[in-house]
Amino acid sequence: MPKDTGIGASSKRREDVRFLTGDGNYTDDINVHGQAYVHFLRSDVAHAKINGIDTSAAEGMPGVIRIFTGKDFEAVGGLPCGWQVTDRHGQPMQEPKHPVLAHGKVRHVGDPICAVVAETLAQARDAAEAIELDLEILPAVINMKEAVKDGAPKVHDDLTSNLCYDWGFVEENRAAVDEAISKAAHVTTLELVNNRLIANPMEPRVAVGQWEKGTGDYTLYTTSQNPHVIRLLMGAFVLGIPEHKLRVVAPDVGGGFGSKIFHYAEEAFCTWAAKECRRPVKWTSTRSEAFMTDAHGRDHVTRIELALDADHNFTALRTETYANMGAYLSTFAPSVPTWLHGTLMAGNYKTPLIYVNVKAVFTNTVPVDAYRGAGRPEATFQLERVIDKAARELGVDPIELRRKNFVTEFPYATPVAVEYDTGDYNATMDKLIEIADIAGFEARAEESKKKGLWRGLGVNSYIEACGIAPSNLVGQLGARAGLYESATVRVNATGGLVVMTGSHSHGQGHETAFPQVVADMIGIPEDMVEVVHGDTANTPMGMGTYGSRSLAVGGSAMVRATEKIIAKAKKIAAHIMEASDSDIELKDGKFTVAGTDKSLAWGDVTLAAYVPHNYPLKDMEPGLEETAFYDPNNFTYPAGAYACEVEVDPETGKVTVARFAAADDFGNIINPMIVDGQVHGGIAQGIGQALLENCAYDEAGQLISASYMDYAMPRADDVPFYSVDHSCQTPCTHNPLGVKGCGEAGAIGSPPAVVNAVIDALQRGGKNVTHIDMPLSPARVWAAMNGATANEGAAQPAARDSGSAEGRSLGGQV
Amino acid sequence: MYSFELVRPKSLAEALSALKEEDAQALGGGQTLIPTLKQRLAQPSKLVSLSAIDEIKGVCVDDDGRLCIGGGTTHGEIVASAGDYPALVSLASRIGDPAVRNRGTIGGSIANNDPSACYPAACLASNATICTDHREIPADEFFQGMFMTALEEGEIVTEVRFPVPQKANYQKFAQPASRFPLVGVFVARFSDGVRVAITGASEGGVFRWTEAEEALSDNFSPEAIEGLTASADGLITDLHGSAAYRAHLIKVLTGRAVKAAA
Repeated sequence: MPKDTGIGASSKRREDVRFLTGDGNYTDDINVHGQAYVHFLRSDVAHAKINGIDTSAAEGMPGVIRIFTGKDFEAVGGLPCGWQVTDRHGQPMQEPKHPVLAHGKVRHVGDPICAVVAETLAQARDAAEAIELDLEILPAVINMKEAVKDGAPKVHDDLTSNLCYDWGFVEENRAAVDEAISKAAHVTTLELVNNRLIANPMEPRVAVGQWEKGTGDYTLYTTSQNPHVIRLLMGAFVLGIPEHKLRVVAPDVGGGFGSKIFHYAEEAFCTWAAKECRRPVKWTSTRSEAFMTDAHGRDHVTRIELALDADHNFTALRTETYANMGAYLSTFAPSVPTWLHGTLMAGNYKTPLIYVNVKAVFTNTVPVDAYRGAGRPEATFQLERVIDKAARELGVDPIELRRKNFVTEFPYATPVAVEYDTGDYNATMDKLIEIADIAGFEARAEESKKKGLWRGLGVNSYIEACGIAPSNLVGQLGARAGLYESATVRVNATGGLVVMTGSHSHGQGHETAFPQVVADMIGIPEDMVEVVHGDTANTPMGMGTYGSRSLAVGGSAMVRATEKIIAKAKKIAAHIMEASDSDIELKDGKFTVAGTDKSLAWGDVTLAAYVPHNYPLKDMEPGLEETAFYDPNNFTYPAGAYACEVEVDPETGKVTVARFAAADDFGNIINPMIVDGQVHGGIAQGIGQALLENCAYDEAGQLISASYMDYAMPRADDVPFYSVDHSCQTPCTHNPLGVKGCGEAGAIGSPPAVVNAVIDALQRGGKNVTHIDMPLSPARVWAAMNGATANEGAAQPAARDSGSAEGRSLGGQV
Repeated sequence: MYSFELVRPKSLAEALSALKEEDAQALGGGQTLIPTLKQRLAQPSKLVSLSAIDEIKGVCVDDDGRLCIGGGTTHGEIVASAGDYPALVSLASRIGDPAVRNRGTIGGSIANNDPSACYPAACLASNATICTDHREIPADEFFQGMFMTALEEGEIVTEVRFPVPQKANYQKFAQPASRFPLVGVFVARFSDGVRVAITGASEGGVFRWTEAEEALSDNFSPEAIEGLTASADGLITDLHGSAAYRAHLIKVLTGRAVKAAA
């Protein structure tokens, strides 16, 4: 019988009632009395010198309060980068300045040049059109491999080149890897592109800055996944506002997918301008602005080589990746292609020797940073694609090749510096084979053939590192932040609880799932527990939500705080019942004394805590409120196996996803329904990346896919009904809930399954196509089938059946 | 969006009068114009909404058996009322989403003549007549190139008259992002011959594939076009497909349309 309450119950998402009935309180719903509006005049060219800005006509336009340019921010700090990567020679990465408003040069389409604050948004836009810019157009660098050549135009004139860093991991293993590859019985090589994506959360970004003259306090309302981090970064590094004078509020946030982790210029601008203008200042991103200012995701060009011995054991792996940073370093950008990518290159396999090289490159494009999965999808995609290719070259079953090389003993220390605490990759593969009905594939392929369609099957494993992260470890790796999480649990006199968490919910369902844990621990109804998040004024300093960390890290902090609550409550109960606190048991919301019939209700004890008439005041403070900070001692390692079946129309190249199955090991599960939803959404995003989404620039640095007319988001009819299973559970060994995290798995595991399936379909159809770069649009699949170039003259990588990624960058350029 | 004056006349005469003002612009269902205004890519002084003019709405059959659709008729109304021409209903039912179909009008669509719009293919393949406030224009003369038509300044599409073919079918291969046709093919078979109109594919907007028309007029079967090749000259190359790919799709979709219609 499934549980109907507490841990393991599919409790309905209580927050959805307000989200679905229009009663949510999103940032754009917040209007502060007397607010003015800002419109940013943005660069419409990718690279130019700013020779002059004439605002004189605009200043006199109706409603204009003030016009700001980069000069106004000379005394203000730039946007900081939160992670410093050290290159393979022991040198720190090149770290350019990132001004709030462009100064001297513009470096990508969308770079803000002026900010017009006016009484109304329409007046601000009118005035912005009256500003005269004198821009001297410079050659743009879009293609990463061109950008790192000698003599390439430099995005940042004060850096030595466009190379941010050249990272080697593990550098000491390089020679051994090279040797193993040179001696291997078989080496499979694959060059591929991990396409640039735009996150496209349903709610565009918003910032409302406020300054109180009476107190000197600042408030920023913003669409953020981590308000405390924004407060620290913006307060300490940009504006010089001490944290106790700055409050950051991120209320209901309509999706993030990573793009709302980062500190953006508009947040700093609105906060600072509120004081300068003595008016609250509000900015709401248009969808068009979101396309050219929200941090993009992915954008890697990779060459991967997998070495195998005669028995098909993986003996070595070598990868070289060009990773696009865009024009500036977004908050956590340097960590994505390095520590979030290189450390996962072992995958689920016991490959003994691995070397990962990553060259991070500046280009005249929107900055790139973490997007659902962040580094781990890039690792999984290349690894699971090259294994599939190897199986095809060797003529062996791709599932058996994987099984032969699975890690089976835990803990397992990989050659890329992480230790998997637990897992069972054969179990999830067995489960996958069952729920995907792999045995029935051939019959379905026959049915497809009768319709004139080619059916293909793609299977892969994945592993990810979640529960980010042990602070001391990430500190050694260059993080300029700790990555613990916090919770305060406040028990009210009448027994209800409020959990104030540093985690942030922007769609994940924390308001439902977190109370399930606390209610279960105490034995009270879930509706006696409320979650508060997203406001630095009423939550302890926390690091926010990303990297599937909320339950594993934030939930663990909540458990620790609740344990403190229970320990203290037991002492109170012991005092009242005149027993030893070691004899007190708490079950179903009732305290009992072992071996007696004495009992006290939860509410009796909580009341006593605040009305301490009969209370051990000599030994204990009254009240019942506890805080815990939890710093994990390892990552968590969700893993699983995914299967995709596609039908390819050989006449048009159109791919239809016919079936998709996911067998995940997330450790223990708090709310199976929410976990299903997270996996469903992740797979939809993965299918989107594999078949539809393509952020493309032309050679001049114009964003071609700058609206939904050209950027294809997955829609309901692009995805099938999914079979998902998370019954294979190897609980995490080092956090109190035994949970691993489920938010990113779908987006990590699904792209290789889709591509593997399409390649399988084409091979079964008699086309010797070994790879097509994502997205596998009909045009690309058709071109690959016909040995044609996908596009003459258009800005996207050519589809091809083999060959080189040379010359292509991941601005999607030719 | 810039500010503008909005008028909502109840008669064609009032609308024509209002459109005489310089920089006045007709507003049909607004499915193209409103997004354009929001982007500040157009700055009309006055918008003349045609949505309250009952005399240009509705579907009927004339004495010649032609299906006559008022220019102000929405796609949704066509789906509901144009059952005499199933291929046209099928086309209308696949435009955009319900919100678009409940606002967008056939007159607005063909007056805009987006190279990827669906209706121009139906008009051209059906040999429709486009009626305006003061004249009748054959479809072959109406569509003059990408976003270009025979319409004069201030002229309003009042009705589109479709001869109903014996057999017809519209094949739409969706561009993955916009879901406009990457290529759309409308095949219509009349007693005196077959017409094949292609949308989405050409730099010059909707056009007729005359070689296929000739072959299909002789033999209305998919095999009839097997030996033909649609030319890639002048076809669109963009993020979603090359000219060669579009040329290929023209042939594939024409064959499918014939098969579905036959």
